[in-house]
Amino acid sequence: MQTASPQPRKRLIRVKLNGRWREDAVAENHLLVDYLRDVARMTGVKTGCDGGECGACTVLLDGVAMPSCIMLAARCDGRTVETIEGLVRHGRLNRLQRAFHQKLGTQCGFCTPGMIMAAEGLLRRNPHPSDAEIRNALSGNLCRCTGYVKIIESVKAAAEMLP
Amino acid sequence: MTADPKTRRQGVALIDGVEKVTGRARYTADLEHADALVGRIFRSPVSHGEIVRLDVSKARALEGVVAVVTGEDCPYTYGVLPVAMNEYPLARERVRYRGEPVAAVAAIDAETAARALDLIEFEVRELPAYYTAAEARAVDAVPLHPDRPGNLERGVHHEFGDVHAGFAAADLICEERISCAEVNHAQIEPHACLADYDPLNGRLTVQSVSQVGYYLHLMLARCLDMDTSRIRVVKPFIGGGFGARVEVLNFEIITALLSRAAGGKVLMPLTREENFLTHRARPQTDIRLKLGMRRDGRITACECEVVQRGGAYAGYGIVTILYAGALLQGIYDIPAIKYDGYRIYANLPPCGAMRGHGSVNSRHAFECLLDRMARELGLDPFVVRRANLLHAPTRTLNDLTVNSCGLAECLDKVERASRWRERIGKLPPGKGLGMACSHYVSGAAKPVHWTGEPHAVVNVRLDFDGGVTALTGAADIGQGSSTMVAIAVAETLGVSLDRVRVVAGDSAVTPKDNGAYSSRITFMVGNAAIDAAQKLKSILAEAAARNLEARPEDIECAGETFRVGTERQSGLPFIDVVKAALVDRGPITVPGAFSCPPEAQGGKHRGGAVGSTMGFSYAAQVVEVSVDEADGRVTVDKVWVALDCGHAINPLAVEGQIEGSVWMGMGQALSEETRYVNGLPVHASLLEYRVPTIAESPPIEVEIVESRDPYGPFGAKEASEGALAGFPPALVNAVANAIGIDLDELPVTPDRLMEALVERRRKARLAATRRAS
Repeated sequence: MQTASPQPRKRLIRVKLNGRWREDAVAENHLLVDYLRDVARMTGVKTGCDGGECGACTVLLDGVAMPSCIMLAARCDGRTVETIEGLVRHGRLNRLQRAFHQKLGTQCGFCTPGMIMAAEGLLRRNPHPSDAEIRNALSGNLCRCTGYVKIIESVKAAAEMLP
Repeated sequence: MTADPKTRRQGVALIDGVEKVTGRARYTADLEHADALVGRIFRSPVSHGEIVRLDVSKARALEGVVAVVTGEDCPYTYGVLPVAMNEYPLARERVRYRGEPVAAVAAIDAETAARALDLIEFEVRELPAYYTAAEARAVDAVPLHPDRPGNLERGVHHEFGDVHAGFAAADLICEERISCAEVNHAQIEPHACLADYDPLNGRLTVQSVSQVGYYLHLMLARCLDMDTSRIRVVKPFIGGGFGARVEVLNFEIITALLSRAAGGKVLMPLTREENFLTHRARPQTDIRLKLGMRRDGRITACECEVVQRGGAYAGYGIVTILYAGALLQGIYDIPAIKYDGYRIYANLPPCGAMRGHGSVNSRHAFECLLDRMARELGLDPFVVRRANLLHAPTRTLNDLTVNSCGLAECLDKVERASRWRERIGKLPPGKGLGMACSHYVSGAAKPVHWTGEPHAVVNVRLDFDGGVTALTGAADIGQGSSTMVAIAVAETLGVSLDRVRVVAGDSAVTPKDNGAYSSRITFMVGNAAIDAAQKLKSILAEAAARNLEARPEDIECAGETFRVGTERQSGLPFIDVVKAALVDRGPITVPGAFSCPPEAQGGKHRGGAVGSTMGFSYAAQVVEVSVDEADGRVTVDKVWVALDCGHAINPLAVEGQIEGSVWMGMGQALSEETRYVNGLPVHASLLEYRVPTIAESPPIEVEIVESRDPYGPFGAKEASEGALAGFPPALVNAVANAIGIDLDELPVTPDRLMEALVERRRKARLAATRRAS
């Protein structure tokens, strides 16, 4: 009988995930998206492609939007990670979540968490983005349902709401 | 929230929208699977061959591998059309495309499963492989399927009216050859399946991405040789479909086979590359179209030949090639139509149904040719369309019923909104306007699996808590069908939308539904939901009538209060009436049903059911483009679209569907195409397969036209597919308007446009040289 795959080395990482520090042993080749989904069970982070193509796994790393499928979990030691699950505060939807819900910026919902996190990253650094700036910031996030019309409307509406 | 018809004119947010914006929505790959094995598929590395040897013993012996299955484990074929089930979940004896599943493993983790695949030994005696319809149709070609000589899956030959006389009456006859590349659904959620076979009680539970849970249920029973009562199919959240999941897919059955072999739960997440291999989308299509037209724009005859490269297995193919001909009708009044369709097998991943199923490429050719002929006759494109409008109610030559048609109004609206008359022909160089019309069915009037049962059933439940639960098998795949059901029930009952809960897609509790295909849900399930709610309403009205000492037929319920007629006296609150009704009969469940009558189910000719529907949606659109002659790039500046959906039950969702379908048409028109090199897909990622990003997506101005279909729920028809087919021809017509070049191939990539520009310059130079000499 052949033996199972050799286990890759693990490292202990400390991550501030959605406001709470946690420690986990992660394999050195473990991707951030897999760590978030399989270890932390933040399944709002989606996998839509084979790596860096669709943006569905977008999270905020130290406040900056980036796809978590092309980042090693081990590189996030000591850093802050925010996922869609962290946006609801005190039982209230975040303004982007409200806008995407009310304006139908979401249809099937699969790209939505990544789309909202990319938009959240944008609004934090640019509270009143133009259409062109919205298009630019979300150009790495694919949606197959909406044609993006209501996504742009949602982000604009959110920018008008109080944070 | 309210279901009051007046306030919902702005539209209602999705009832499951909060789950989606918070990340709480669980899609198949998100389901709890800590104790599940990981399933992986070993796929054929060759396009066509006889299997000489398949040895999985080393894979089976690898530590951590729990089960390995091959074609030996399933001697049953499956497929969506009862007449064309020619595919095994795992290949037996022969492989017919690169990427066809041959074996599968279930292991303790993904790494082990991947290593196991490497240990599978596979030998094939290669056969000639065909990657184009022409190669596959050659006289000496080896048939992929022995019973299909010439690799002809289905030939369709229909003739309605007197085509010869029609052409004889024409002032202008034109013929074009137009081809459309194969495209893919590219729904953002990759396929996945979670199967849980419990060997202790012999029951199987499958959760999958299916749009057609009922068909999946049937095929699982068939392929696993199990009693249907021991199977449960549950639909989690689904991340888009567009037709990708309207037939049962090989990996779903394979996951179940693995789960049974392993005696436990197996999760099979497919990669994006495997999604492209699973395919089932719109085929590469060659069209030869000939139209006859009178000087006033009236069409006198149509002759159309369509060749579809269908891939290696039947799938929906027969239906697709029938749709391509049937839906030449139902939009214009054409006195004579001849159609010849050829669905061809080739050694590529099987095609299937995709949004606008079968109609899109034929419509593209038709609307392009209409424009070219209009130009030749000096007629405006709008004039030509108006000259040929259908007037409802009517029956087409091929016996399709048209009960409502708002296309004339759609044309008026987009002509006005785009300021067509002021702007056409007056735009600066490189800018152009183009238009086109399209339509689509609101549900195939004859179900694929004919059982004689009602075409849709919804159960509505009411219990002590006063909550109204609508139980439906209809799959909400993001189009908002569950929200539509909730609105239909709430509005019929006169209660708040919040009071209604929709439970969808669980074979253990919800009534069977044929699924989310052919845009059938609003029309059929919507009508069934209204029927169920009306039955519940009469039960409640009886209880209220006793309390109010009135006749049940005089009882009205609005704003959750029962009153006698419209009197302003204080009425009975909903919850009191519920309690009174429950005293009589305990918890209430009432079924509602809907069926399309036989006269709406199409003609008696072979294949006549395809295209039949209770209601067609109609759309007109105008596309404005800028063409850069330096690099061949086409930019879509703006789209104006109007769609007749009968009545918008949820205007917000209708707008979203129209925008999404127009935009999907833009992808096919501009950038999307699959490409194979010796059967190997070289497009199998979302970087190579160019779905438009937000950066190149235009503003889309939507207008909703409400023709109030006499049979639709509240007068509604479909809104999700009808507008798609109009975009590609409107774009090609706009490019012609901008630079005077008629393009005969989709997509209009910079390469193709540059080639056409270079060709034009070459011809101009040649003509100049001739003139000089």
